[in-house]
Amino acid sequence: MMPLNRTCKQAAALMVAREDLALPLADRLALRLHLLICKACPRFERQMLGMRNGLKQWRNYQAPD
Amino acid sequence: MPDSFPPLPRFEQQVADLRDYLLKFARLQLRNEAWAEDAVSDTLLAALSKPQSFGNRSQLKTWLVGILKHKVVDALRLRSREVCQGDETLDSTEDPLDYLGFKADGHFIEPPAEWGNPEQQASSRQFFEVLEVCASQLPAVQGRLFLMREWLELSSEEICKELQLTPTNLYVQLHRARLRLRECLELNWYGRAP
Repeated sequence: MMPLNRTCKQAAALMVAREDLALPLADRLALRLHLLICKACPRFERQMLGMRNGLKQWRNYQAPD
Repeated sequence: MPDSFPPLPRFEQQVADLRDYLLKFARLQLRNEAWAEDAVSDTLLAALSKPQSFGNRSQLKTWLVGILKHKVVDALRLRSREVCQGDETLDSTEDPLDYLGFKADGHFIEPPAEWGNPEQQASSRQFFEVLEVCASQLPAVQGRLFLMREWLELSSEEICKELQLTPTNLYVQLHRARLRLRECLELNWYGRAP
């Protein structure tokens, strides 16, 4: 296996993992590369970013009285 | 007494009125009714015992939630062993990535759905309600760890230290929690008919 090749499944695992830990450089590079050449994974990335953003808004939300 | 101090009886009433609001977060984070009630009671007592530390009444909620977070961290630390026990056996054999649907070669069976503009979607109060229901449906240990990240905003290192967890154990649980939450949001929010 080439060191920078990742399957979609591996890329998805990295996109979940990076919410909680700093990925090693090789994984970050491999993920960027994968996202450039893959059509499906950028959608998953948008889902994860959407969740990240939604959670941030949720914890900062001040419910009106 | 300076003008900025709220009149005491009114202040006490306002604090008491927010009990249910605080309890919602305590339950979500602690996933244990007794612990949640205790944390909220401690919060209310702390707030009522030092009204002078509260200046701006428009931010009463924020101030109380801040106190609650400290009480909740204390509770989690005190009960660190119980906090991490409970649901590991539920799904220890399944790979949570399988929810997403992959072929044997690691490609998506179906491309993930387009969720639309998160800025717009997430501004809705209804979205927060769905998010809270989804978070409350996580297995208890996953839910606690996930909310320690997302509500208490603790780092992974801090969580491991507070609960004496190994990083691997924490990441496995958070990974499962995030994928479950994603699935729940897709089913109950993003996947709804427009």
